[in-house]
Amino acid sequence: MHVAVLQFPASNCDQDCVHAVRVLGHTANLVWHKDTSLGAADAVIVPGGFSYGDYLRCGAIARFSPVMQAVIQFAAQGGLVLGICNGFQILCEAGLLPGALIRNRDLQFHCEQVYLRTLQRDTAFTSRIPETSVLKMPIAHGEGCYFADEPTLKALEAGRQILWQYTDALGQATDAANPNGSVQNIAGICNARRNVAGLMPHPDRASETLLGTDDGKYIFQSMVAALQKA
Amino acid sequence: MKAKLVITPKKAVLDPVGKTVQNALAHMGYQGVTGVHVGKYIEIDLAPGTDKAQAREALNAAAHKFLSNPVIEDFQLELVD
Repeated sequence: MHVAVLQFPASNCDQDCVHAVRVLGHTANLVWHKDTSLGAADAVIVPGGFSYGDYLRCGAIARFSPVMQAVIQFAAQGGLVLGICNGFQILCEAGLLPGALIRNRDLQFHCEQVYLRTLQRDTAFTSRIPETSVLKMPIAHGEGCYFADEPTLKALEAGRQILWQYTDALGQATDAANPNGSVQNIAGICNARRNVAGLMPHPDRASETLLGTDDGKYIFQSMVAALQKA
Repeated sequence: MKAKLVITPKKAVLDPVGKTVQNALAHMGYQGVTGVHVGKYIEIDLAPGTDKAQAREALNAAAHKFLSNPVIEDFQLELVD
């Protein structure tokens, strides 16, 4: 798998994403936000950070970058696109994913480990996640509270597009396990076509045992498996 | 000419900032405050002689597409000479 990792002004997880992909035995290169082409990429990762200083709204300015036109086209052709943290916010702003991410309900920036339950395993982002496992991954965000109106939520449920929920260590989606107030404890979703996904937790910071958890690797391995099948 | 854009969170959207400000007002002794909604105010300077109707149309589109996020926010646009 060769991954294009986007780089905006104030992206700060771009190198983490490149590193995680390489550690798992694949290749990646950075693509500058002013570039209009993604090169020969099999998949795209929109990394975390604070693109354009989070001015106006998180991801609002980044979505109009030249490179995002290439990403929109890549996604329209069925290409795999994963947005992590600020990348998730950018994909929502760009309309590639439904809903929006707003200020955490307690107004605090949360930098901690969370547990995630995977709700769907028939996607290019989740197929290699073991059936029984609750994933442990870090979050680091101030605006990660997922919001969508009722009709959108119903469509997400009907389309089985809610991929990950915040849970406790036992996999229970309790309110106490919800770090930011997201509706239905939603941590990550995919689009109806199932080729674009976004999540607030960081699989890129959790793909080596050295970092305390390597559960994030399952998401990247799922993408590899999907590309091999294609 | 100036365009004045007031952006507020939609009623159905969690507004923890508004809630916190409301609580603070209550602590300060202000009575009868039943809701606080914290949004944004954007002022846009327009070149002299700009056509008001055209500017309104263009800025309405910009507010929908970029300056506000219709998923979570409402906006009010006002043009003043």
